[in-house]
Amino acid sequence: MVSTDTDILKTAEAWRREGRGVAIATVVETWGSAPRPVGSHLVIDEDTNFLGSVSGGCVEGAVITEALDVIADGKPRMIEFGVADETAWQVGLSCGGRISVYVERVD
Amino acid sequence: MRLDLLSRLNAERAARRAAILVTDVEAGEQRLVLEAEVGSDPLAQELQGALRQGKSGFIERDGRRYFLTVQAPPVKVIVIGAVHISQALAPMAKGLDLDVTIIDPRTAFATPERFPDVAVVAEWPDAVLPDIGIDRYTALVALTHDPKIDDPALTAALRSDSFYIGALGSRKTHERRVQRLTASGFTEADIARIHAPIGLDIGAVSPAEIALSILAEIVASLRKERRRLT
Repeated sequence: MVSTDTDILKTAEAWRREGRGVAIATVVETWGSAPRPVGSHLVIDEDTNFLGSVSGGCVEGAVITEALDVIADGKPRMIEFGVADETAWQVGLSCGGRISVYVERVD
Repeated sequence: MRLDLLSRLNAERAARRAAILVTDVEAGEQRLVLEAEVGSDPLAQELQGALRQGKSGFIERDGRRYFLTVQAPPVKVIVIGAVHISQALAPMAKGLDLDVTIIDPRTAFATPERFPDVAVVAEWPDAVLPDIGIDRYTALVALTHDPKIDDPALTAALRSDSFYIGALGSRKTHERRVQRLTASGFTEADIARIHAPIGLDIGAVSPAEIALSILAEIVASLRKERRRLT
């Protein structure tokens, strides 16, 4: 079973060694109720294969899109997701929390 | 992240050593601090705190923010004795994300049927402990109250930097245990590392309650530093 953050980082290493473009997204800050704790990882490759989670699924799509840009230009960036409770369902963070995610390329 | 940093981080994890990845998110700079280097790092105090708590997060120093990715090895619990209490303890420990191994040379006790989903080793502790390894992220729990089986395991644990050592048995049983360990050369301070009677004093009666008191004591030992800080 591949589920722990260790397995995710091992996969990131393995994918990079295969020559794929790889980015790692890490939850660096959370406010309110957040689905995944600080330190959680998501690893993404250039073909949008991914493993792990930074949000229990709800904003993964947006993180993956951002990760493709990071893989392309190599510039790490911080992205923030946050919504008020009433609009939570539309945007994806149903818990109403806020998270900051740091996305960096594996070079 | 540079591939060599990622690779070293993974290697430390595989070797069951803690490490911290320090990221200056504004500057995009990164470095890896190994467990052994934490004390001499410019951010020693902050890194030590993060390591004790085992939690990733931001710290601030001189107006700069650093994100610390803390990687601590998973906590291992070695249980000597495939007994009733162990049967209750194993599933509870799993719920706490503890990595349990049960050792008992008595093959009638150490069976997969009695211990589904747990590593069970039907060998003498002194034969297998060197391979399994006891480190500072390991707790050892001796539950057979048979000196032939418990003592070699306690001896191995006392020679390691195991963060928790506990032994089942009445005060009288423990008194005799202390005499044996003293005779084999351990000091009073060494022996004081053994929690006996084992477990927090919650008036536990049933095997499950005793298992709970043992696990609570293990968690208390693991998080002791953290409680002192808060």
